[in-house]
Amino acid sequence: MAEDQTINPAIEIDRVVKRYGSFTALNDVSLTIADNEFFTLLGPSGCGKTTLLRCIAGFEDISEGAIRLYGDDIANDPPNKRPVNTVFQQYALFPHMNVQRNVMFGLQRLGYSEMDARGRAREVLDLVQLLPFADRLPAQLSGGQQQRVALARALAPNPKVLLLDEPLSALDLKLRQAVRLELQQLQQDTGITFIFVTHDQEEALTMSDRIAVISDGRVQQVGPARDIYEEPNNKFVADFIGETNLIDVAVTGVSNGMAACTLPGGAAFTCPAAQGAHQGHGHLSVRPERVSLTAPEKALITGHVQRLIYLGTDMHIDVALSDGEMVKARVQNSQSAHIPAQGAQVGLDFEEGAARLLID
Amino acid sequence: MAAKPDLKRFPGFFALTLLCLFLLYAPLVIVMIYSFNDSQSITIWGGTSLRWYGDVFWGPEADKFKQAAINSLAIATAAAIAATTIATMSATAMLRAGHFRGKGASFALINLPLMVPEIVTAVATLIFFSAIGFTTGYATILIAHIVFCIPFAYLPIAARMEGVEEVYEQAAQDLYATRWEAFRLILLPLMAPGILSGFLLAFIISLDDFIITNFVKGAGIETLPTAIFGAVKQGIKPNIMAISTLLLGVSILFVTLSYFAGRIGQKTKTPTGETT
Repeated sequence: MAEDQTINPAIEIDRVVKRYGSFTALNDVSLTIADNEFFTLLGPSGCGKTTLLRCIAGFEDISEGAIRLYGDDIANDPPNKRPVNTVFQQYALFPHMNVQRNVMFGLQRLGYSEMDARGRAREVLDLVQLLPFADRLPAQLSGGQQQRVALARALAPNPKVLLLDEPLSALDLKLRQAVRLELQQLQQDTGITFIFVTHDQEEALTMSDRIAVISDGRVQQVGPARDIYEEPNNKFVADFIGETNLIDVAVTGVSNGMAACTLPGGAAFTCPAAQGAHQGHGHLSVRPERVSLTAPEKALITGHVQRLIYLGTDMHIDVALSDGEMVKARVQNSQSAHIPAQGAQVGLDFEEGAARLLID
Repeated sequence: MAAKPDLKRFPGFFALTLLCLFLLYAPLVIVMIYSFNDSQSITIWGGTSLRWYGDVFWGPEADKFKQAAINSLAIATAAAIAATTIATMSATAMLRAGHFRGKGASFALINLPLMVPEIVTAVATLIFFSAIGFTTGYATILIAHIVFCIPFAYLPIAARMEGVEEVYEQAAQDLYATRWEAFRLILLPLMAPGILSGFLLAFIISLDDFIITNFVKGAGIETLPTAIFGAVKQGIKPNIMAISTLLLGVSILFVTLSYFAGRIGQKTKTPTGETT
């Protein structure tokens, strides 16, 4: 990996392979997650992110490789011997125990006395502002409250790593946004390493210290949100995180991380290239908000306006190039903004730094 | 609803329903009514009284019936406890141990006793006991009862266990519970209604059994059904109706309890369900 690692990794996933019969769910996955990091596994459903989390928790055996927790290989330990706790997607609160009993459960298994377990449970419930609900049964709580109980229950034993499996997916939008901030705050306050699984890129971008984008059982890219968004490595990452244009180009040369290419229409253009980019056919990723409209004669590419979509703050403009390829542009709706009419001939322009040549 | 053909409109539906209900329940109702008959005769009504109930408890045959009832209750209790325990373990193996070789065969074997004609089981059990040199007696009745009660206990227990998502046990193990603790502290309480339902069903199946019991019981040992049969052979007296009614009452009570126990199970089936 290219990123600097802190000297003290909490979790090392070392060339992990997980097969189910002939299906390979995790294909040679290696990740190093630092101590006290908010780390997100991001990918579409079925990409293997939850499988990886379950391998760390111990609910799945790995077929090959090693999982180390602060240096100790835990890959063969049963879940109850791993000092990591999980917040489950469906919360999995024990329905026959009240909130306090749920939170005390892990503590008592660790040998806390009834009194100590109760004290610690109340402390953690206070942290998630649920102390007044300690005597309620899970079924008597709202979805958001249940989610916080699940969080409290997993945090109470003070795990070395907290695993969160899409914990926000069952909440409605408003609540989700509030809980995001709370989770981030909680991570900073407790200093516990969080590994957060989600398919929601916005969640990943706003909360994480670093993100691993996973697809088809492989890690596609690892890095801070900004790097992932602005310097995607490949087509999958560029397309999955946010919206992007993938423009077909002919690459005439690559050197020192810069690529010289020919845009549709013939204009020459130089821009940063992803690692591994080479001469030949390639894709240029340009975010729609970095595409600007200009007069056709001054532009890099020309086309005509196919469709205008009003988005409130922004205007989304689909521009069809002469070869039929579509380029999306996003222009802020301000009084000075010049919005072309449908069918009008327009020129498209973008800066060198706004584009990036990707590997497929 | 409208798409379904309305069964109630078929010609003769009502009459057929009445006929079925009559054939099913009239004999029972007649026995129940005549158990309160004051007359010596089993066909002529001689006024209402509890005379034959008194006869059951304090009459000349009271000791015989009392002993038979005690035998029946003791055997049913022991057989139901054993069968429920075995059924719970079987269900755990079938539903929580993942895939193992012979899983399909195991499932068939657990439930086969439901399909085998009881008389065949009875004869086979008797032959088996004599082949291995077991003297018939309480022990043979108990063993036979445990065996045929297992599938009756298994069905409600397995149904309930299927409804408990495995994520609860995983959560328990994630929170440092051993497999045994996850079973004892989480799975067992969550499937308790199913276990209770299975126990009650097994209990009543054992209590009511006649055919197998009749084959494997030793000389001189009677359960309530065999005692009633023995008494009937010497001619039906009204006290038989009284004791039959009592047995019917106990059966209805237990089946009802079993049904409601199963229902409690269903209500808590998806406890994570959103509360609104």
